[in-house]
Amino acid sequence: MSKKKLMKGNEALAEAMIRAGCDAYFGYPITPQSEVIEYLSREATNRTGMVVLQAESEVAAINMIYGSAACGRRVMTTSSSPGISLMQEGLSYIAAAELPCLVANINRGGPGLGTIQPSQGDYFQATKGGGHGDYHLIVLAPSSVQEMVDYVLLGFELSEKYRCPTMLLTDGAIGQMMEKVELFEQMPRKTEFPDWATTGKPKDSDRRIITSLFIQPEKMEQINLGLQRKYREIEKNEVRYQTIDTDDADYIFTGFGLGARICTKAMELGRAKGYKIGVIRPQTLYPFPYDLYFEHSKKVKGIFDVEMNAGQMVEDVRLAVLGNTRVEFYGRMGGIIPTPDEILENFEKMFLQ
Amino acid sequence: MAEEEKDFIFSDICVEENLVYRKPDTLTDTELHYCPGCGHGVAHKILMEVVDELGIQNETIGVAPVGCSVFAYHYLNVDMQEAAHGRACAVATGIKRVQPDKFVFTYQGDGDLAAIGTAETIHAANRGENFLIVFINNGVYGMTSGQMAPTTLPGMVTTTSPFGRDTKIHGYPLKIANLVASLPGVAYVTRQSVHKPVNVRKAKKAFQKAFEYQKRGLGTCLVEIVSNCPSNWRMTPLESNKFVEDKMIPFYPLGDLKVPEGK
Ligand SMILES: Cc1ncc(C[n+]2csc(CCOP(=O)(O)OP(=O)(O)O)c2C)c(N)n1
Repeated sequence: MSKKKLMKGNEALAEAMIRAGCDAYFGYPITPQSEVIEYLSREATNRTGMVVLQAESEVAAINMIYGSAACGRRVMTTSSSPGISLMQEGLSYIAAAELPCLVANINRGGPGLGTIQPSQGDYFQATKGGGHGDYHLIVLAPSSVQEMVDYVLLGFELSEKYRCPTMLLTDGAIGQMMEKVELFEQMPRKTEFPDWATTGKPKDSDRRIITSLFIQPEKMEQINLGLQRKYREIEKNEVRYQTIDTDDADYIFTGFGLGARICTKAMELGRAKGYKIGVIRPQTLYPFPYDLYFEHSKKVKGIFDVEMNAGQMVEDVRLAVLGNTRVEFYGRMGGIIPTPDEILENFEKMFLQ
Repeated sequence: MAEEEKDFIFSDICVEENLVYRKPDTLTDTELHYCPGCGHGVAHKILMEVVDELGIQNETIGVAPVGCSVFAYHYLNVDMQEAAHGRACAVATGIKRVQPDKFVFTYQGDGDLAAIGTAETIHAANRGENFLIVFINNGVYGMTSGQMAPTTLPGMVTTTSPFGRDTKIHGYPLKIANLVASLPGVAYVTRQSVHKPVNVRKAKKAFQKAFEYQKRGLGTCLVEIVSNCPSNWRMTPLESNKFVEDKMIPFYPLGDLKVPEGK
């Protein structure tokens, strides 16, 4: 491992992409993540020969991803909320054609053109499908610049293992802030490609067809059942989370990404006042750690969910606890980041008064 | 047919020495789903004959669009990707950028290429993406059963222009090949047809040139085929070919719109 370096979230993400041996990046500028394509345009092609192309739109970018992912390449795009909305059709096709790829959403405030300030308002879109049809993305939620780096590699690995498009759902604050990171060593780009990849029909075997079209209902249902089997497998194997001081906790603070980080600070403030608070932070939003919340729900007096949206992940938390314990929500929207004091104050109001 | 008669045909007539025409290995044995008289079948055939003759079957990747040729991968015996409606040129960009040594083509209808996919078409061409765009212009949306296309002629009746295309309401037919030909990154743009044997031969020549230029890395090539749609034009195959000759070609004149410099 190399020495620690001070880096901006978006640039660390771009650097990790190069080091992960990524073959191609297609993207379209949008605040707060344009540094990604700028950094790659400066750094990537010279160093690894990676393709970096500014597309004419996010619609085009995600379809370029489709084309190159279907050639068995390691490919990635990044955008922010409005651009990610434009990519939803393509993501549905990619999920259906079972192509691996990595997409990062540096979430900004919406709906509409919204604001360029950080938000977590795209949780539903990321975890529940987003585009049409029954599909999922694997969704990872980094909460630090270090995790922006680590999850690029993890994201590629998971997406390739399951042939399932994977998303890093993060926000403008993590994209923009600077922290110390440890980068992994440069990995070689792939020279061999999976046998399903369209690299030119082999002389002695059948052509490869990448498609999501199955006109017969029976066949289409089989395709769907296959996808669902895969999702159950992912749910069984790939749930990731972090817990802090939950063993003796009377209350759980929870959130994801930046929200979870602020919750941790609020927890420390609460502990100093004598409240037994622990924190649960899902690192995978899909698959979601339902069992973890269920187990804790039998032991605690309440769960306090904090997000930078109107209450999205909290629906999964409520689903997980099956009414065993009280679940309350506090959120800020429009690009406003709640402070630890504000969180603790609202916790006291809702649970202790 | 009587058994004896069949035996005679298969044992005495269908023999190697009498063979005058063989389907190339670049086409599968799957029966085409296209309507009788439709130009798609002929266009598939000559395109894949060229791939066969150039010996590039194992280094060619095709992109099938959404439209009547959505199932093109059933027939074209090369590696294929099915693209979302209108996105073929973006998908092909993704393929070609990571495999610049392979041959790549898209095969798109007018709705796909010149309506929903206009941005992808123009920008791929403007970047000079080094692949072939095959553009089948039949003046309607075939697959969705005959709605107006961006290429529908003025006055032409379709299900969404039941009183004829009124340019005041619907605007004018888009000659997208001319637009593409005006872009510097583009190597070769030609407009052909497949309604007569002589035109079929010329169209095949155009495909040969396009792959040759792709091999030389000259930039985007677009071969437009002015085609027919007997079913949705509510015509017999013959009538539809006559309509191509009398109405379509005068509006979309055949010939080269752009050739590589020094050619
Ligand atoms: C996003 C989207 N919008 C609409 C459709 C429906 N649709 C399928 S094919 C088609 C038109 C195809 O017409 P054209 O490209 O001219 O090809 P043709 O069928 O005539 O060969 C349309 C509108 C679709 N599949 N996807």
